[in-house]
Amino acid sequence: MSRDKENGGFNFRRIWKWFTREFLLKIDQIDSPDRYKRLRRNIILLMLLVTIVPLVFMAAINYHQYNKSLKDEIINPLYSLANKTKHSFELFLEERVSTVRFIASAYSFEELSDEKTMNRIFRVMRNEFEGFVDLGLIDSQAKMVSYAGPYALLGKTYSQQSWFHKVKLRGVYVSDVFMGYREFPHIAIAVQQISGDEKGWILRATIDTGKFEALISSMGLEPSSDAFLINRRGILQTDSKFYGKVLEKYPFDLPLGSYGTDVLDMLDTKGREILLTYAHLSQHDYSLVIVKPRSVILKSWYTLKSEMFFIFIISVGLIILVTIKISFNLVANLREADERRESAFRELEHSHKLSSIGRLAAGVAHEINNPLAIINEKAGLMKDLIGYGEDFSKKGKFVELTDAILKSVNRCKTVTHRLLGFARRMEVKFEKLNLNEVITEVLGFLEKEALYRNIKTTLQLAENLPEMYSDRGQLHQVFLNIITNAIASIEGGGLITITSWQENPETLGVSIEDTGCGMSAETLRHIFEPFFTTKHGYGTGLGLPITYGIIKKLGGEIKAVSKEAEGTRFTLFLPISPKTQTEAS
Amino acid sequence: MKVLLVDDEEDFVTALAERLQLRGMEVQFATDGETALRHMETNPPDVVVLDMMMPGMGGGDVLKRMKAGHSQTPVILLTGHTSIDAGPAGVQQGAFDYLVKPVDISELIAKMENALRSGKSE
Repeated sequence: MSRDKENGGFNFRRIWKWFTREFLLKIDQIDSPDRYKRLRRNIILLMLLVTIVPLVFMAAINYHQYNKSLKDEIINPLYSLANKTKHSFELFLEERVSTVRFIASAYSFEELSDEKTMNRIFRVMRNEFEGFVDLGLIDSQAKMVSYAGPYALLGKTYSQQSWFHKVKLRGVYVSDVFMGYREFPHIAIAVQQISGDEKGWILRATIDTGKFEALISSMGLEPSSDAFLINRRGILQTDSKFYGKVLEKYPFDLPLGSYGTDVLDMLDTKGREILLTYAHLSQHDYSLVIVKPRSVILKSWYTLKSEMFFIFIISVGLIILVTIKISFNLVANLREADERRESAFRELEHSHKLSSIGRLAAGVAHEINNPLAIINEKAGLMKDLIGYGEDFSKKGKFVELTDAILKSVNRCKTVTHRLLGFARRMEVKFEKLNLNEVITEVLGFLEKEALYRNIKTTLQLAENLPEMYSDRGQLHQVFLNIITNAIASIEGGGLITITSWQENPETLGVSIEDTGCGMSAETLRHIFEPFFTTKHGYGTGLGLPITYGIIKKLGGEIKAVSKEAEGTRFTLFLPISPKTQTEAS
Repeated sequence: MKVLLVDDEEDFVTALAERLQLRGMEVQFATDGETALRHMETNPPDVVVLDMMMPGMGGGDVLKRMKAGHSQTPVILLTGHTSIDAGPAGVQQGAFDYLVKPVDISELIAKMENALRSGKSE
C-alpha cells in the first residue's frame, strides 16, 4: 500500500522534475546564444498553458450548461403542447364514443329499428355534438336495418368488412380515417349491444374529422412548423403541411406502440434539422406528431453560441498577443540586465585584479626596498671611502664598479617607486584647477625630451574652458604617463597633438594624439593590464594601469584608438566636479 | 652638525653614519626608539633622521614623545614604500620633512641643512 503511494509520489515528482528542468531551470544551465530564445519560448508556452487551458475548460463547461438549459427551456413547452393537444383529441373521441354507447344502452333494438325514432335521435345528436354525419343500426346478420343520414345505406350488408368483426370482438371500435362518399375524411364509431336473446346488434356513427384540423390549428404553430395525426401503421390521419395528404404514408419511422411523449432531434426527408415531438393517444390507435425546424426553435441558442465563440476567439487571440508581447519585452529586459550585470562584473573583476596586484606590488616593493637601501648605503660608503682615501693601483676601476652598483640600485629604486605609485591609495585631493594649465605644466616638463627627439607638439586647447575640481597631482601623473608613452612611440621625429574641449556641461575632454608606431588590436586590448609592456627591458608595464586607475578614481573615462604605423590617440573624459559633493569638500 | 640616525637595520644605519662622518658630521646612531630618546637626553643632536618602521617603538611614537617633551630638534623621517603615506602624515605631526628609502645622500644632506637653517631662524 505504502509502496504504491511512494510509487505514485515518485512519478509525480519525476514529472515535476522534468517540468522544472525543461521549462524553468534548464535555461540557466545553457550558455548558448539561443538561450533567450528558449526562455522566451518557454515563458510563452507556460503562460499560454496556464491561461488558455482554463479558458477552454470554462468555455466548454459554459457551452454545455447553456446548451442544456436552453434546450430544456425550448423542449419542455413542446412536451406540454403535445400532451395538451393529445388530451383534446382523446377527450373529443371519448365524448363521441360515450354518446354512441349511451344511445345503444338507452334504446332497445326495436326502438332503434323504427326509422322515425332513429331520425329523431340523430337530429338531437347532431344538435348536441359537432361532427356526426350519420347513424345506423346493424343487426347480428350484419345488415343495416335502420339508418339516419345523407346516404342510401339501408339494407347494406357489412359481414365482409373487417371493422364489423373487430367490433364483434371488442364491443367498441373506432376506425382509422377513411374517405367518405362526399370525399371528406371520416372516422366511424361502432358499439355492440347484446340484447336478451344473446344476439348482438351494432350501432354505428360516422364522424367528420374536420374537428381534428380545428384541434391542430388551435395549437397556434408558426408557418414553418407542422402537426398531424398518424395511425399505428404510419398512415396520415390528417393533412400534413410538408409530409403528405391524409391517408398517405407518413415518411418516418416512429417508435410506435409506446405510450410516452418524446422529442427527437433528427433530419426530415428534405434534410431540414427538425425537433419531432410525438405523443400516442392512450385509448386509440393514433399518434400526434408535432414537427418544428430546429433553426427556428434554437435560433437564440445559435446566436448565443456564435457570440460565445466570437468572444472566445477574440480572448484567445488577445491572450496570445499580449503573452507574446510581454514575453518579448520581459526577455529583452532580462537580456539587457544580464548584459549590464556582465559588463559591471567585468569592470569589477578588472578593478579587483588591479587592487590585488597593487597589494602584491606593495609587498614586493617593501621586501626589496630594505635590502636595496642597505646596498645603496654600503655601495655609497665604498665609493666615499675610495673617494676620500688615498690613491691606489685600481682606484679608477673601483670607482667605476661602485658607480655601476649605485646606478643599478637607482634603476631598482625607479621600479619600486613605480610599484609604489601603483599600490598607494593616497586620498584624492580635489581642488579647483584649470585643465589647460595642468596640460601646459606637464608639457613644460617634457619639452626638452621632445625637442631632443625631434618631436613637435601642437596644443589645441579650448579657450574659456570652465575650471574643474580634480586632483592636480594625479592629473600630472596621468598626462605624464600618456605623453611619455607618446614620445616613446615616435622614432625619428613626429607630431604630438593635444586637444582639449568641453564635451558637455559636466564633462571636459582631452585627446593626446601621436604619429608614432601605433599598436596592434591585440596590444590595444591589453594596454590597461598591469605588467603588460612592449618596451622590453625598460618598461614596468604599470604606467597605463596607473593612469587607468587614477582616471577611474577621478570619475572619468579613458579610451584608446590606435593603428599600427599610423599612431595612437588617447581620449580622456573628466568630470568638471566630482560625483558626490562630499568628495569635493 | 650633530646628527642622530635612528633605524632598526644596523647595516643601513652604520653605513650611513660612516658616510656622514666622512663628510665631517658628528654622528650617533640608535637601532630602536628607546635608545634614540636616551641619546637625545644625554647628547642632544642638531638634527634627527628617524625611520618610521621599527619594531617596538616606531618612528611615529618617537616623534610624538619628542613633541610631547617640547623638543625643538628638527626631524627628517625615512619611510619605506608600504608606509609612504606616513611621510606626509609625519610632517603634519611636526616632522620637518621626509624621504623615501633608498635615500640619495646628497638629497639627505640638503634636507638636513635646510632643517638646521630653519631651526636656527626660528
